[in-house]
Amino acid sequence: MSLVEERGADRGADRDAGASRDTAPVEPRRSRSTSALVEPAIVRRALADSFRKLDPRQMARNPVMFVVEVGSALTTVLFARDLRSATAQENVFAGLVAGWLWFTVLFANFAEAIAEGRGKAQADTLRRTRTETTACVRRAGGAVEEVASTELQVGDECIVEAGEIIPGDGDVIEGIASVDESAITGESAPVIRESGGDRSAVTGGTRVLSDRIVVRVSTRPGESFIDRMIALVEGASRQKTPNEIALNILLAGLTIVFLLAVVTLQPFAVYSGAEQPIVVLIALIVCLIPTTIGALLSAIGIAGMDRLVQRNVLAMSGRAVEAAGDCSTLLLDKTGTITYGNRMAFELIPVAGVDERDLAGAVLLASLADETPEGRSIVALAVDRYGLEARAHPGAQLVPFTAQTRMSGVDLDGRAIRKGATDSLRRWVEDQGGTVPADLGPIVERIATSGGTPLAVAEGGAVLGVIHLKDTVKQGMVERFDALRRMGIRTVMITGDNPLTAAAIAAEAGVDDYLAEATPEDKMARIRAEQAGGNLVAMTGDGTNDAPALALADVGVAMNSGTQAAKEAGNMVDLDSDPTKLIEIVEIGKQLLITRGSLTTFSIANDVAKYFAIIPAMFVGVFPALQTLNVMRLASPRSAILSAVVFNALVIVALIPLALRGVKFRAANAADVLRRNLLVYGVGGLAAPFVGIKAIDLVITALGVR
Amino acid sequence: MSAAAWWQLLVLVALIGASTPLLGRYLARVFGDSGAPGDRVFGPVERLVYRAGGIDPASEQPWPVYARALLAFSAVSVVVLYGLFRLQGVLPFNPTGVAGQRPALSFNSAVSFVTNTNWQNYAGESGASQLVQMTGLAVQNFLSAAVGLAVAVALIRGLVRRRSATIGNFWVDLVRAVTRVLLPLAFVAALVFASQGVVQNLHGFRPVRTVEGTTQQIPGGPVASQEAIKELGTNGGGFYNANSAHPFENPNPITNLLQLWLILSIPFALTFTFGRMADDRRQGWVVFAAMFVLWAGSSVLAMQLESGANPKLTPAGVSQAASSSQPAGSMEGKEVRFGPATSGLYAATTTGTSNGAVIAAHDSFSPAGGAVPLANMMLGEVSPGGVGAGLYGMLVFALLAVFIAGLMVGRTPELLGKKIQGAEMKLVVLYILAVPVAVLGLAGTSILLHSATSSIANPGPHGLSEVVYAFTSAGNNNGSAFAGLSGNTDWYGTTLAVAMLIGRYLLIVPVLAIAGSLARKQPAPATAGTLPTGTPLFGGLLVGVVLIVVGLTYFPVLALGPIVEQLGR
Repeated sequence: MSLVEERGADRGADRDAGASRDTAPVEPRRSRSTSALVEPAIVRRALADSFRKLDPRQMARNPVMFVVEVGSALTTVLFARDLRSATAQENVFAGLVAGWLWFTVLFANFAEAIAEGRGKAQADTLRRTRTETTACVRRAGGAVEEVASTELQVGDECIVEAGEIIPGDGDVIEGIASVDESAITGESAPVIRESGGDRSAVTGGTRVLSDRIVVRVSTRPGESFIDRMIALVEGASRQKTPNEIALNILLAGLTIVFLLAVVTLQPFAVYSGAEQPIVVLIALIVCLIPTTIGALLSAIGIAGMDRLVQRNVLAMSGRAVEAAGDCSTLLLDKTGTITYGNRMAFELIPVAGVDERDLAGAVLLASLADETPEGRSIVALAVDRYGLEARAHPGAQLVPFTAQTRMSGVDLDGRAIRKGATDSLRRWVEDQGGTVPADLGPIVERIATSGGTPLAVAEGGAVLGVIHLKDTVKQGMVERFDALRRMGIRTVMITGDNPLTAAAIAAEAGVDDYLAEATPEDKMARIRAEQAGGNLVAMTGDGTNDAPALALADVGVAMNSGTQAAKEAGNMVDLDSDPTKLIEIVEIGKQLLITRGSLTTFSIANDVAKYFAIIPAMFVGVFPALQTLNVMRLASPRSAILSAVVFNALVIVALIPLALRGVKFRAANAADVLRRNLLVYGVGGLAAPFVGIKAIDLVITALGVR
Repeated sequence: MSAAAWWQLLVLVALIGASTPLLGRYLARVFGDSGAPGDRVFGPVERLVYRAGGIDPASEQPWPVYARALLAFSAVSVVVLYGLFRLQGVLPFNPTGVAGQRPALSFNSAVSFVTNTNWQNYAGESGASQLVQMTGLAVQNFLSAAVGLAVAVALIRGLVRRRSATIGNFWVDLVRAVTRVLLPLAFVAALVFASQGVVQNLHGFRPVRTVEGTTQQIPGGPVASQEAIKELGTNGGGFYNANSAHPFENPNPITNLLQLWLILSIPFALTFTFGRMADDRRQGWVVFAAMFVLWAGSSVLAMQLESGANPKLTPAGVSQAASSSQPAGSMEGKEVRFGPATSGLYAATTTGTSNGAVIAAHDSFSPAGGAVPLANMMLGEVSPGGVGAGLYGMLVFALLAVFIAGLMVGRTPELLGKKIQGAEMKLVVLYILAVPVAVLGLAGTSILLHSATSSIANPGPHGLSEVVYAFTSAGNNNGSAFAGLSGNTDWYGTTLAVAMLIGRYLLIVPVLAIAGSLARKQPAPATAGTLPTGTPLFGGLLVGVVLIVVGLTYFPVLALGPIVEQLGR
């Protein structure tokens, strides 16, 4: 017994073009992993990796840290060379500087390694699922042949029975089956996969639980979804993103500026009669170049991707994650994303002369046995708003819905109550000799124009009123759109509804714009128009006819439940198939950029204090007047320089959690975000090292370094 | 600082406040796409020039073509000017009988005037004939300023155009800058100068009996006409060695005030032009405010520091308080016509722009007072900078500020909707690196060479300041001299010229490349998620970025020069 067909017959019918047919309410699914930020196993592996990453060939990819490594090596050599000739004090100083410079490099490597750690652990788990299986390939003549899954060709048709593992990625071409996809989604509830339509894609490595399907293989072994997923979470194919490249250029430029400032300082120092030991100059260089952000930059990027994976989203490239932060227009399908996709009873409108409570009583009876979501919502409305009691009537005779009658109802104690499409009910009433009241037409008209679905109710020969069914906007959507608006992102609702209905729902959900009676071509045109205006567009989709739009959009999130074509076209796949996740993806993209910018600002702002620590220390011997610049009153020149070096190394460790977690993100307009972050990381970055260096100076002086 | 000094500053600020929108609006129309006032007057003249040069004024150039035209034009200018300096001894209009300059000096002088630096390793009255002054130096005063204007306008076009392959036509921008902006303004200014007693003639030396009874040879020349463009074009090369301290160049407070205004007028006005062409006035005013804060701050600082007494003279019982016979403050190296406060104002103004004219010896300022002009130049001439150069310099800093701050709001950084990506950052970094490489590299090398350190007049930190000042002045195309360093040696002549070339063309080419790259982009519409760049917050950020980037680059050398000198006195 379903009301689906009734909908089709009515005005305001939902004709969502290519939209998700998954109309069940989307509940939050458990995330892939809720483990602590760092697990002991990951830490152990990262510690070892920190040393492995000292390989200069790897370090050269990060110009800032490469300079530090070269500096560390040079100080170590100088320390060893002068070990005999220098005084004990000098040796302790040079040794400590060399040691802390190496720590600086190791801390940076550790940050990267720990960011990679969780991905690597996850890749190991995935690899275990990638077991080799035997596939039953159906040949042209109908003969069945057993082939190893690694030998499969694109286009092979494999028969998979219940209990077997699907040998490769592909589309179901025959049959329907429930499939356990927990290997990739972490979700244990099985999903339905069937031939035709938008739920035909299956992933190699997942298991068929019931029935039998025929899968046409669409990828070569080694290029499957799981293979790509392993490469992604492991970071093997990680490439620097456009913004990362731009930031790296800036950091390399700053490094050159400081190299220049320090290298030319020596001639000036010689002229001033204060030639500096090379160790001191190297210490100054390392303190000045942006090591904080240089050390954490790749960790921030990896952690950003990882945050997506935690939410069961696979981004095919870091570029897509960055683009998500830049998006200014979100195209959202109405059904399944903005609304639950099933109509709920919203109000009861009696015709003239009928009491509203009588109408409520009638609809309650008519719907008691109706197990559709609509039916249940009618019961709920009658109970909640009119205080009626939903109790079972043993004698009730159910009248099920049929395509011919296009109504349903109940016969009870001689009462015949029906609800259904207006024109069917009108005919039913007239057949029974009743007359249709004049105000039924206007009521139905009003509901239809407001975007709702009218369901007429009659008892015997008398029309009682109309149930106003409404597609319900998901809870919290209005607030989310508000937050997006504050961040400067416009939302456009895509729907197959007619413009009137679309406008009504758009207004209720609080989206900025809508595209009604949308065809796939309209969607493409809309994306092109937005892009021509300079907007970056993000959208979700699952159907094959969504594929071109997914490919065209700057961020195209394909639902894992969707077709293979859609998954290939998008640059992200949501394993949970939750279209609302687009909003989280945008937030993660923004958070990634904010974290980078904040730590860059912090890193540069730190330099001011380091100058005040090191410059007076270098020259106070020749120019005692420079003691005035020693605003932190550091104990001695050596302790001052060492404190700056130690601070510089420790600040990396202190900021690793922030780099991994990301700077706290709050939906607000750019001016507020800037003001806040500038205060915390700019002004904070100026002040923090003054305190930190002073504290370290106190400690190392207490430990006896003079 | 006396009330009179404050009043002078206020009047100057009022003049700038009034002229910025007026002149800025005019400039926007001159370089805009539609007609400009005076088309009927200037149009025929310009068409004549275009026909003579075989230029199609309607055709636009992509950035590489624009840059090639600019470089070729500058190269030819250097060669011509070099020839003039070498041959001036045998050329006409040489009533004072000036001999041709040596090769190294000629090269230095030619490069200096073409790059808008106007560093002079010679004394104006004895080193350049009137022919060179008129056809070489004055002409380059116009043309080098026009080149700067052209580059600034090209960058503005790059920022405001959408999906455009071209950034304008160099020849048209150059010609229009001369005919419509510099010539008319300079003409009027020259008349005012002449009315106030600035000389304008073609005389040679004139013997004059002095009060002491001796005879002095005083050279005349076309001074007023050159003085006008010297200030208006932020050139700064004086007709006389004493530059604007000479009574024939700058006889009284009125001409002095006019000079200050002329120096600042176009650099400040261009911010308004930018706002207008970008259709975003607030954006223009924010750039104005950032420049103004730096200029006004350094001016007040220099005025205050010079108005204070010299501590070395106080123990000797010398009164340095204001009285009817003297202004308050340190008068060493200052003109009595102007006094310490005005000298400080002029020093900050001439170094905040890339002008470099002087009315006092910066070498004689207090260490901190002398550090103000030095630091002003190190800022890269953005407070408010040279004609054109100031605006494009500040906009490059704005790109840098936007890049760092833009990330902090969670978007790919953008200015006026144009995304700042790897390509632009590469050019921005090149721009920011070029001058420090030249200044620190060459100063660091010089300080190691005995032949170069022997030019230093004062040993110790002050001597270091002298060398660093010279290269900072050349590298930033300022041209003011600290004095105290004998720069007319082959080493300094050549290395300073190299610094000037780097400081001019290694900045202009990246700027034009940025313009070309930005012009091609489609701007993203501004939303609530866009970093607002037309706000006081961004203005403050811009000033902060300028100060921090420059401060971090030069703090070590400043510490060993003026800072240690000031703290240790």
